[in-house]
Amino acid sequence: MKDLTFDSVVIGGGAAGMAAALELDRAGFSCAIVEREEALGGILTQCIHNGFGLIEFNEELSGPEFAEKIEERLAGTGITSFTGATVMELDASGDIKTLYCYTGAHGVMRLSARVVVLAMGCRERNRGNIRIPGDRPAGVYTAGLAQRLVNIEGFVPGKDVVIIGSGDIGLIMARRMSWIGCKVHAVVEILPYPSGLTRNIVQCLHDFGIPLYLSHLTTNIVGRERVEGVEITPIENGATRYDKAFTIPCDTVLLSVGLVPENELSKMAGVELNPMTNGPVADSMLMTNVPGVFACGNVLHVHDLVDYVVEEARRAGAHAARWLKGERPKAEARVKAGPNVRYCAPSRVDLHAANKLYMRTLIVKNDATLEVKVNNRVVKSVKKNHIQPSEMIAVELGPKDLEFAVGAPDPVVELSIS
Amino acid sequence: MKTGSNRYDVCVIGAGVCGANIARRLSAYELDVALVDKEADVSFGTSKANSGIVHGGFHHNKKYLKARLELQGMMMFDRLQQELDFPFKRCGIVVAALHEDEMRAIEQLYMQGVDNGVIGIEMCSRERMLELEPKLNPDTLGGLWVPGGGIVEPYRFVFALVESARKNGVEIMTGFKVEHAARAGDEWTVRAADGRVVKARYVVNAAGLYADEVSRAFGAEEFEIKPRKGEYYLLDRLTKAKPERVIFPVPTSVSKGMLVIPTVEGTVLIGPTAEAVDDKADLATTREQLEKILSSARAMVPSVSEYDVITSFAGLRPTLEEDFYIEPSAKAPALIQVAGIQSPGLTASPAIGEYVKDLLKKEGLRLSEKSDYDPFVGKRPHVKDLTPYEVDKLAQADPAYANMICRCEKVSEAEIVQAIRAGHTTLDGIKYFTRAQMGRCQGGFCTYKIIKIIMRETGLSWDEITKNGDGSRILKDAL
Repeated sequence: MKDLTFDSVVIGGGAAGMAAALELDRAGFSCAIVEREEALGGILTQCIHNGFGLIEFNEELSGPEFAEKIEERLAGTGITSFTGATVMELDASGDIKTLYCYTGAHGVMRLSARVVVLAMGCRERNRGNIRIPGDRPAGVYTAGLAQRLVNIEGFVPGKDVVIIGSGDIGLIMARRMSWIGCKVHAVVEILPYPSGLTRNIVQCLHDFGIPLYLSHLTTNIVGRERVEGVEITPIENGATRYDKAFTIPCDTVLLSVGLVPENELSKMAGVELNPMTNGPVADSMLMTNVPGVFACGNVLHVHDLVDYVVEEARRAGAHAARWLKGERPKAEARVKAGPNVRYCAPSRVDLHAANKLYMRTLIVKNDATLEVKVNNRVVKSVKKNHIQPSEMIAVELGPKDLEFAVGAPDPVVELSIS
Repeated sequence: MKTGSNRYDVCVIGAGVCGANIARRLSAYELDVALVDKEADVSFGTSKANSGIVHGGFHHNKKYLKARLELQGMMMFDRLQQELDFPFKRCGIVVAALHEDEMRAIEQLYMQGVDNGVIGIEMCSRERMLELEPKLNPDTLGGLWVPGGGIVEPYRFVFALVESARKNGVEIMTGFKVEHAARAGDEWTVRAADGRVVKARYVVNAAGLYADEVSRAFGAEEFEIKPRKGEYYLLDRLTKAKPERVIFPVPTSVSKGMLVIPTVEGTVLIGPTAEAVDDKADLATTREQLEKILSSARAMVPSVSEYDVITSFAGLRPTLEEDFYIEPSAKAPALIQVAGIQSPGLTASPAIGEYVKDLLKKEGLRLSEKSDYDPFVGKRPHVKDLTPYEVDKLAQADPAYANMICRCEKVSEAEIVQAIRAGHTTLDGIKYFTRAQMGRCQGGFCTYKIIKIIMRETGLSWDEITKNGDGSRILKDAL
């Protein structure tokens, strides 16, 4: 068995993994990226639409272009990339972590490292997760699988399409399927507001005249062998109106019903997960409860934009490098999701450093106020023109904001929206 | 092994768990046997969607044939597993009583079990029940413990039986929908919808849900198989609700009730419902029935959560009458009827194979043992069950063992290729054979990889890739 040792190993070669590895390398630590697909870039490689990179590169790029630009930065570094390599076992209990990677090219490799960065990304929720009853015919795909089939494999999974869920991948696929000559008959959303970004509603649905059914539950998939239709039922004042159910004929159903961080390896490593994000509970260094195991990107919490993923991953990589040098936060405060806040990541802040948090709200509101309390004292209040659950909110907290917490026993930072 | 001829000694119609057991049993003798099925792959009917239980032998009175075959069949699984290497485990069965009046039924089941000769059957106190199965509702009042009961992956059992039968000379024909049969001399001519013809001296009708139609095609008994639907939820292997034992409620007069089943492969199955339907192709799940499953499962195992659901599905029981109907036809010569095989059909199936072999003998079929009969099929390594060192060793001979295709269920490229070479060329066939697409992502990441491997290995083109047969094409166009 091939046996290799690095200072650090990053699991996942998407945007997050590459960005974290670059920081570790820059700080002088040897680093290996392990990627299960045959190429680096993660899910970006199949996202051939544009809209990536406005923050990171100040220009609008396609997914593959964005990935390529990050990958170019790997050239000339000491980073080793293993592609077609799946981490199947991770033992992070000791100072030296052990990873067993299964590869088509080199058999099983054992990698050892002092630091592991989790950057495995997320996966799509599927039909079973949202428990749509009905037949089980061919023609039901997650939007991401359909995107892969169309954009990389060159196959059209179906001609008459209904998309369940208004997540971004579903919206993007509504436009993509229209471009290749398919008819998208509807996008169906259970909530009273769309789950995807506003710009995608406009550019992918409105511009193509695709109807969006808000407050509609998908109650049945019909078709013995191949999909023949989808039954949807309006929700009015909280009541599912089965008497008003109707069926939209189609041969294909694409599901865009949410993403879940891929934390099977994290669980194997003993990492504690936050039930609100399904991602690790991370401290101010983006380190999990397992010393030396860091997390970033969509495996930590599902992000809206890859630009934010890269920004967060860069911090994780830099923190991991500092940690390798023996640096530790002097004092931390717990971060608590207060009223109308679904979650904040990470779960702790460093009282003596600049911190950046991402959070999501539970509500849709215009003229909202984001409030930060430290030990019940308001230290920051920010006006927001518009907030909605589908748009992540960034919060920056520096030592000045947190000074009340210094010296206090079990200090708490609470974020709330009103 | 037959070559070129379409004449057989026995034609078994239906490659579900009964037909497969019968064909494999007959393959031990100097006989030419054909096993035909209307679906694209074997085990695609009732045998693919059921609870996968090896029952304990206490549910039915031994005056019934089905009880006697169940008791005999359940004892045969250990040896079959040694020969055929399919997933099977005697994890034991508990029957939990949650109400005072259910304890009386428990007592009756216990007496019946003792009368049937069930080994190790035990009436249990609440404490004993919770010790045997800590996931049980703490309000459990008591129950029954049957250590010999177990779990099996039903389709893998059928696949292994069919592989063994094939190895011993049985010819398998899929996509063979029996449409017409005529007898001339001492031979049946069986014609399929696509025009293929099989000639056989004896025929076994093990057509499951369609046994009535096959009987009619032979001019034999008129009866009607009524489908009774059972819906299930499958829970992720990481669920907190995974029990150690199969958990049964106290049965009702019509059904054994909804169970919580730890599958051999580590996931958890809850169900089935029991609902009469008219249509033999109606495998749709329904909101109402699925709700029932969750509440019934939670009554027994409170930690069952809807968030752990990875998929739902339904199967159809081929119901006919109270008992199995396994007899030589009184109307059509040299035809054995194997019909109405609902629960405990899977458990009984090895004994059904034996029983039907004996019936054929009584009907005049000469049985002479084959000198070269080999009951064993080669063991196939599953990456999921191996250490990294073992995988590395395998990969030195075949690198595809370390190329992971399905990461949820840990299936390598080598295993997918083996499934295809064993004749499973649909996405569902590969799923049942390897478990790829069966895990928490339900094929979200591996489907495209499997499509490409099927195309590479079989030479099929994109428009010939199906989920489970002709009408279920996966792709509609190529760019």
